[in-house]
Amino acid sequence: MRIRVPAAVTGLLTTPLMFAADLEVSVEIPRINVAEYHRPYVAMWIEKPDQSFAANLAVWYDLQTAKAEKGTTWLKDLRMWWRKSGRELTMPVDGVSGATRPPGVHPVVFRGSKAPLASLAPGSYHFVVEASREVGGREVVRIPFQWPAKSAQPVKVQGQSELGQVQVVVKP
Amino acid sequence: MTHRFHSLAAAIALFASLPAISSAHRQWMLPSSTVLSNTDAWVTVDAAVSNGLFYFDHVPMRLASVRITGPDGLERKAQNAATGKYRSTFDVHLNGAGTYKIAMVQSTVFAAWEEAGQQKTWRGSAADLAAHAPAGAQGLKTSRMNSRLETFVTAGKPSSKVFETTGVGLELAPVTHPNDLVTGEAATFQMLLDGKPAAGLDVTIIAGGSRYRDKEGEMKVKTGADGKFSVTFKDPGMYWMNATAAQAGGEGPAAGGRSSYTATFEVLPQ
Repeated sequence: MRIRVPAAVTGLLTTPLMFAADLEVSVEIPRINVAEYHRPYVAMWIEKPDQSFAANLAVWYDLQTAKAEKGTTWLKDLRMWWRKSGRELTMPVDGVSGATRPPGVHPVVFRGSKAPLASLAPGSYHFVVEASREVGGREVVRIPFQWPAKSAQPVKVQGQSELGQVQVVVKP
Repeated sequence: MTHRFHSLAAAIALFASLPAISSAHRQWMLPSSTVLSNTDAWVTVDAAVSNGLFYFDHVPMRLASVRITGPDGLERKAQNAATGKYRSTFDVHLNGAGTYKIAMVQSTVFAAWEEAGQQKTWRGSAADLAAHAPAGAQGLKTSRMNSRLETFVTAGKPSSKVFETTGVGLELAPVTHPNDLVTGEAATFQMLLDGKPAAGLDVTIIAGGSRYRDKEGEMKVKTGADGKFSVTFKDPGMYWMNATAAQAGGEGPAAGGRSSYTATFEVLPQ
């Protein structure tokens, strides 16, 4: 939801509606040398410090199977995300769901002017990414961030198995 | 089915002790999945009676009393049912989002009386009692055994319609949804006996996989005055839960006796 307000008026507003801040993340899907490799399902979301769910950012799952319904069969294997949010949704979710991605570094930018960040109240949060791979494992990485940004310092966490390096930076 | 006993008292005593005997062999149903993200999904269920959980190595459960209830409250059919030497199996089509209840409910009445100097006994469903044991028969004694075996599976968003209780026998009224169990988080359930909180009831919970450990490792909890108990599962896996209560009662189909509740729950890792 974007509301256009003349520049002269914005100074009068105290609402956090018009953050210029963007949440820029990069998620590395590691190259894994196995005979049977499938791209992982990946979910990204925002949590409050008590680990309660705040907002969905992205879900990458199998959209290419012959029957779209089949692709949702394994969403439950993103079991943390499934319990916190996934089971409440009807897939696909516009602006959230997308196809699985190959190994490599995937930068994703979530605009402060768009859902869900446009309505995210100022405070402390965690960016959470969960990856689950067929005939493979599952891993969750959490990175804390402040909204809106206090600095543009990137925070990096190295995943151990199903995730490579995960980086979060909030651009003020 | 008629059995002869030396005395009425012995007959009644034997029947009263049946739950204790059968508890040595545990009844269970084991669903292939309990949490599904596909809203047009299938689960397959094994049903057996055995000592070790969940191994089919004794006798199969008979499927005559299987009742499957969908999230809309309507009955679903058990499909592809088969009974083998050690276990029965059937499939359940989850054709819509929500929580399904898979249950086996049995209500058995045992009756003993004298007829023309002969000792008569009968065992069957409460509904058939009047047809078999003449009302006002000399020395008629009846005892009731009510057993409820349940498991739950959820496709998509969990729902709660299937938790509506009937007010008959021992029943589970979940506070924590049984398809929302994870390690390290306390889960709370309420036990009801004939629709009222079952206070001071002993509840036994045993993890599956007993073949591969030396100790049964059972958890014993007691319900509070409100019939509620809480349990925190340390390890993920399939769990078997059982409670048995003595029931006061009147005559005929409403006779006193025993009521048991048994369920299988899956606990997922965090």
